[in-house]
Amino acid sequence: LPSLPQAAMTKLGQWLCGLALLGSAWAALALAPPGLQPPLPLRQALLPLPVYLLVAFGCYSLATVGYRLATFNDCEEAAAELQEHIRAARADLRRRGLRL
Amino acid sequence: MAAPRPQRLSVLLPTYNERDNLPLVVWLLVRTFRDSGIDFEIIIIDDGSPDGTQEIAEQLEKIYGSDKILLRPRPRKLGLGTAYIHGMKHATGNFIVIMDADLSHHPKFIPEFIRKQKEGNFDIVSGTRYKGNGGVYGWDLRRKLISRGANFLTQVLLRPGASDLTGSFRLYRKEVLQKLMEKCVSKGYVFQMEMIVRARQLGYTIGEVPISFVDRVYGESKLGGNEIVSFLKGLLTLFATT
Repeated sequence: LPSLPQAAMTKLGQWLCGLALLGSAWAALALAPPGLQPPLPLRQALLPLPVYLLVAFGCYSLATVGYRLATFNDCEEAAAELQEHIRAARADLRRRGLRL
Repeated sequence: MAAPRPQRLSVLLPTYNERDNLPLVVWLLVRTFRDSGIDFEIIIIDDGSPDGTQEIAEQLEKIYGSDKILLRPRPRKLGLGTAYIHGMKHATGNFIVIMDADLSHHPKFIPEFIRKQKEGNFDIVSGTRYKGNGGVYGWDLRRKLISRGANFLTQVLLRPGASDLTGSFRLYRKEVLQKLMEKCVSKGYVFQMEMIVRARQLGYTIGEVPISFVDRVYGESKLGGNEIVSFLKGLLTLFATT
C-alpha cells in the first residue's frame, strides 16, 4: 500500500522558498542599517558568503561528476557473456525451426 | 498476512526494427523464466516495423505458444508510453517488466528484480547502471561524461530517491504501472524519469538492483545535441511541475 504522498510543492517551489529564506536571513544580517549591524568580523564573513557557497558547490559538482565518471563500471564480462548467449540462442532457435 | 509474491510476470517488449534481436531476447527470457520457475508471458508490441520484425514475432509465437508469446502489433510508430498502455491491456500478470528489446538489457537480472521486490515488498524495482556493480559496456568517455553529468543534474534538481532515472529496465506492480501511465505525459528519456518522480509523489516504494547495460548500438547512433537539449527541457519541466 502506498505510504503518505510527498508534499504538494514543486521542486522549483521548494528551491525558491529555501533561497528566499536564506536570502532574507543573509540580507537582514549583511545589509542591516548601522544601528542594527552585527559585529564587523561577522559582517566581513557574511557579505561574500553567497559567492563562496556557489563556488564551493561548483567544486563539489566537478569533483563528484569526475569521481563518478572515473568509477563508472565497464562491463567487459557482461558483453562477452552476451556473445556466448547469442551463439547458443541462434543455434537453439535454428533447431526449433526459426528461419532468420 | 504474508506479502504477495509474483505469481505471473508479464514482459512488455515494444519493438521497432528489431528483427535480429527479438528472437534472441525472447530466447533468453524464456530460458531465464524456465530455469527459475517463474510463470510468464511476453507481450510483443511491434509498431509496424518495415524490417519484418512482426514476421519473426509470429514464428516465435508458433515455437513457444500463443499463451506465452502474445502479439499485439500497431500500424506505425506511436510512441513508448502508448505502447505500454496498449500492452498492459492484454497483460494477465500481476507484475510487469519493461525492458529494451535490443539486448542492452539482459533477462538474467529479472529473477534478481523479483528477489529484491520480495525483500522489501517494493512497488517498483529499478535496474541501475550507477550503483553497486552496475555499469555499461560500449560507451566512450564522452558518452559516460554526459550520462554522469545529466544524472548529477537530475539528482540535484529532483532528489528522486533513485540512482538511475533514465533507465528503462524495471519491474512494476501492474496496478502501479497502470496508475503511473495515467499521469505521465513526457516523451523519451524524460518519460522514464517522470515515472519515477510521479511514483515517489504517489508514495510508491522503489528498490534498486545493479544491472549491466551492453550498448552495441552506440557506435552508430551518437548522443547528439538535439537529444541533450530535449533532455534538459524535459528535466526543467519536471523540476517546475512536480
